[in-house]
Amino acid sequence: MTGAASTTAASTTAESGAEQDYTSDEMMSIAAARALENGKRCFVGIGLPSTAANVARRTHAPDLVLIYESGTLGSKPDVLPSSIGDGVLAETADAVIGVPEVFNYWLQPGRIDVGFLGAAQLDRFGNINTTVIGDDYADPKVRLPGAGGAPEIAASCHEVFVVVRQSARSFVEKVDFVTSVGHGSGKGDRERLGLPGAGPTLVITDLGVLRPDPETAELVLTQLHPGVEVEDVRAATGWDLTVSPELTRTEAPTAAELSTLRTLKEASR
Amino acid sequence: MADIVSLADGVGELVHDGDVVALEGFTHLIPHAAGQEIIRQGRQDLTLVRMTPDIVYDQLIGAGCARKLIFSWGGNPGVGSLHRFRDAVQHAWPVPLEIEEHSHAGMANRYVAGASGLPFAVLRGYRGTDLPEHTATIKWITCPFTGEELAAVPAINPDVSIIHAQRADRAGNVQMWGLVGVQKEAVLAAGRSLVTVEEVVDELEPVAGQVVLPHWAVTAVAEVPRGAHPSYAQGYYERDNAYYKYWDSIGRDRDTFRTWVRDEVLAGRDSADAAGDKEGVR
Repeated sequence: MTGAASTTAASTTAESGAEQDYTSDEMMSIAAARALENGKRCFVGIGLPSTAANVARRTHAPDLVLIYESGTLGSKPDVLPSSIGDGVLAETADAVIGVPEVFNYWLQPGRIDVGFLGAAQLDRFGNINTTVIGDDYADPKVRLPGAGGAPEIAASCHEVFVVVRQSARSFVEKVDFVTSVGHGSGKGDRERLGLPGAGPTLVITDLGVLRPDPETAELVLTQLHPGVEVEDVRAATGWDLTVSPELTRTEAPTAAELSTLRTLKEASR
Repeated sequence: MADIVSLADGVGELVHDGDVVALEGFTHLIPHAAGQEIIRQGRQDLTLVRMTPDIVYDQLIGAGCARKLIFSWGGNPGVGSLHRFRDAVQHAWPVPLEIEEHSHAGMANRYVAGASGLPFAVLRGYRGTDLPEHTATIKWITCPFTGEELAAVPAINPDVSIIHAQRADRAGNVQMWGLVGVQKEAVLAAGRSLVTVEEVVDELEPVAGQVVLPHWAVTAVAEVPRGAHPSYAQGYYERDNAYYKYWDSIGRDRDTFRTWVRDEVLAGRDSADAAGDKEGVR
């Protein structure tokens, strides 16, 4: 489903000692890019999601439709934008629209296939926090930027991919603040809340890929990036991580993928 | 007919202490020069409204102009945090900052309701999030036709809205193009409006994708070339990405920030000059 050819877990040990000529961040961006199918309409957050979406459009998914919340439908930037509203996004778009229209006419009725989001904190049910770290909203330990477009993107896109660096600090049992709903407190919560989309179906990190368990909606480890072991992922997860019995291994980045990613990054410096 | 005024007169006449003030511009056409003029004139106790507070409100908050912020995303786009905003929320510096926090969809709809002369807007939003627990301006309403429960958010009707546009003519008709965000809605929702423009021209040549605000819907227009810098004005200049990074080093530290206010704002220089000197960028 992800478009990524995967080898089985059995072949992993042979690879794990191999020297890599790419970083774990590059592996994450490329794994995320592979998940985007050609022709899909994708609502793109800035940062890691935007990087991955632009790699996808330049490799296997030339007809991927990139939608940015600043009001661009079908952006085709030749460099990675620094913000969700860079001039290149508007100048290369099929249509430029006002911000109310983005949310009311295009997102809310369910016209967008994939919401592609980042997260500061993510929990075992894929709920996202980008608001505050700490228990007290009024007196936070760390004040984060806030919601932006994410709550409604997470609610209304047909499905959501999250791309985020994994650590025990960021992958927590329960987020301090639910900015955007993943699977709530478990299977069936989205239906009870009346959220139209399927929510997070894929979480791509610098260590591997997690997917919601079909029975419980809890995120389980389903894929390991090359050179990463299950214990590495457990150590970077703040809950008792379940590992899928069908654990697979991500195919290493191809030379073409790496060159596309690096060229894009270089061009935007 | 909109008055053609200087920036100092426009801000002086239209922005008062204690006002609800919206400066809009979504990444593009952010009215930075007007924001710094508000600091220069020492306005206080403002309720600042803006979807993406950005550098422009980091400056106003750090300078102590605001008592409240109504917003949906408070980061430095492409760089990281807004340190003056964080310092105000976490440590009440230089003055306590009350916040009213929404999502983009909610804020956009609040402006639409304000521009439409309606008391509130409905949207399919916020459901299941922790925002309604902390934001009193998010409530639930049942659709009288389908029974669906939807979010309701009140109209935003700022005392004054300020935007930046590419051009105006001498009658004060305003023309902008490219990403137009919620600027039209912000102006139409407000009691008064000030539009800063790159240039005032004799005649507005049509541009693809343009939005025109007729002169009778705008209170005042001020010609402020590069008035959106470090954001951009399509057709005039690019976004100054280096300045957004540079801002991180200024905003991070209280003393550095105070020095910046004294030297770059109170001394009367606009951010375009400041960036040119500091960064060697245009």
